[in-house]
Amino acid sequence: MHTSEHKTPLIRLAKREQMSPAAQWGIRIAAILLALVVGGLVIAISGSNPIAGYKTIVVGSLGKTSAFRQTVKNFIPLLGTALAIAPCFKMRFWNIGAEGQITAGAMCATYFALFWADQLPKVPLLLVMFVAGAIGGGLWALIPAFFKAKWGTNETLFTLMMNYIIIGFVKYLQGGPWEKMPRGSQQIAQFDSNACLPKVGGVYCGWIIVLILVFLMFWYMKYTKQGYEIAVVGESENTARYAGMNVPFIIMRTMFISGAISGVVGFMLASGANNTLYDGVAAGVGFTAITVAWLAQLNPFAMVGISAILAILEKGADSLQTEMQVPASISDIITGVLLFFMLGCEFFINYRLIFAGSGKKQENKKEVGA
Amino acid sequence: MSWLIALITAAVVTGAPLLFGTVGEILSEKSGNLNLGVEGMMFMGGAVGLGAAFYYEKAVGAAASGPLAVLLAILAAFVAGALGALIYAFLTITLRANQNVTGLALAIFGTGVGQYIGELMRVKEGGFVAVSNELKTYFQNSPFPKALQDIPVVGGLVFSYNVFVYLGIIVAVLMGLYLNRTRSGLYLRAVGESPATADAAGINVGRYKYLSTIIGGGISAVGGMVYIMTTAGCVWNHEGLSGEGWLAVALVIFCLWSPYRALWGSVLFGGLMILYLRLVLPFFPTQLYKILPYVVTVIVLILTSMRNNREKQPPASLGLAYFREER
Repeated sequence: MHTSEHKTPLIRLAKREQMSPAAQWGIRIAAILLALVVGGLVIAISGSNPIAGYKTIVVGSLGKTSAFRQTVKNFIPLLGTALAIAPCFKMRFWNIGAEGQITAGAMCATYFALFWADQLPKVPLLLVMFVAGAIGGGLWALIPAFFKAKWGTNETLFTLMMNYIIIGFVKYLQGGPWEKMPRGSQQIAQFDSNACLPKVGGVYCGWIIVLILVFLMFWYMKYTKQGYEIAVVGESENTARYAGMNVPFIIMRTMFISGAISGVVGFMLASGANNTLYDGVAAGVGFTAITVAWLAQLNPFAMVGISAILAILEKGADSLQTEMQVPASISDIITGVLLFFMLGCEFFINYRLIFAGSGKKQENKKEVGA
Repeated sequence: MSWLIALITAAVVTGAPLLFGTVGEILSEKSGNLNLGVEGMMFMGGAVGLGAAFYYEKAVGAAASGPLAVLLAILAAFVAGALGALIYAFLTITLRANQNVTGLALAIFGTGVGQYIGELMRVKEGGFVAVSNELKTYFQNSPFPKALQDIPVVGGLVFSYNVFVYLGIIVAVLMGLYLNRTRSGLYLRAVGESPATADAAGINVGRYKYLSTIIGGGISAVGGMVYIMTTAGCVWNHEGLSGEGWLAVALVIFCLWSPYRALWGSVLFGGLMILYLRLVLPFFPTQLYKILPYVVTVIVLILTSMRNNREKQPPASLGLAYFREER
């Protein structure tokens, strides 16, 4: 007995029984608060008062109507793309190509905005652009899915590479065939007003689309047969195969849907937010959205909250730069710190630590509990 | 002929930052850790490395020693990248967070830190952070005597590069020797292929994963510093080094996780990056040259998965956390 006691490590891990949701969210909120404290330290390093800094962030992002609109504009693509990524991640298909799928969707929608705007009335044109965006993003996502399903090609690396291919291609269009006249600006012309999404409440109507999508995605993942198939493939491909599911087909279908939603986000960004296309249309949203989806535990409603926090940080950091001369890149730092803390806190939700010294106590407690 | 030599030498210089980024990431991935934060770590290395050289020169003045400045920049960049990788390692190895998501978080965090430090230095120093021309020569010129560089053809192809090119080659060769010729390297590869098996054989999986990720991150970050001090001209600009880290991730795949192949792979990728300046083909738009590295990487990725050659696969446990308790 004594010899075995010597060998017990200082800290052991044990999987927790399901923690109560209240305790789970308690840990997560504690992690967010800790992250904000660390972020405050970063603000302090640059010579500003952290509390004043956070106040500037909140006031600068929500205080004025114009600021609030900008925050909503940051929020729309983030939430939309996080929703797009959810089914892939549920399937344990690590699609980190949302950045490219957004760009592909935006590019296909832009084709119609540039060359069909004078031949179609507003509503049909926007519908055509919507569909083009969805198909463009979907097809761009289907390529890595096809190779994954057929030969098991590593999807993480494949989807990552696809991002830079399409972004480079749009850069080429921007400086080449689609460049506005007279040449030399390296820019694509502003869209005809027919091709721009209408505004509702001062912001382009994309926010309505993504909020509807929240409910649709929740329903799709939870209550449809396809959603169930995705969950089974994610848990165990073998189980899915034994149950007679067509796994390659499910992989490709899910990726097409995911890419299509990202493509629609691209259409909204080009048509609603920028009224034009450029190579930075996705601007890192595809990557940030992955962290949003993961931190929300792939729950569409939780994504709304996390996207909102990140959108507020992003807009607030701009005010921080103009008002307190803190570089705006601080939003990336605080976002990163926030992600680190939230990623780390999941561990404490799923596991409990058993210290070697307290072993006996733990054992006793268990007995009492039993 | 001289056109070709000029192209090759320029490709080697452009490829040097990539070589560091790639070799570091290979070390990390060989232990099974897919650290997608290379871009972030390279940003951190770039800003901190420039800062180290700049503030060293500011403190010492005209007495600044070039070799020491180079050394300080390398050390500072290495430490910055290693710290970034440490966060990643702690989250993915000890706390078992998802590697893809943690890597992306590190990419966001690291680019933020790099931009922040760069901007802060710029504001504090009155809008411009650059080392003196005197010191620049140590970063950008060849360490070899003029006589050697003047040898026709060979001088240009072998002796004309900046010190980091030679250092990068040494690091890559040493990495190749370590991975393929040492016991410790064998253990490391075992950890990356099958951590459970390695654990059962008595290898300390956690320690190997930690060390390789942290050292790998440091090496990658040195690449960021090299980019800022050579290609970007020793100045912090707002663009930073956008994309260099992702290209390094691509190069890791392209060279199939071999540091030796990274030697010529980095030259090829470097060449593709600058080819648009030097070669105009009537049937192929020059703007599209820059996507070629990614296209060839995708093709390599597809071909390796189709041919299923066991020697040329990603490490089997790449991207997966290791749960000892859940074997």
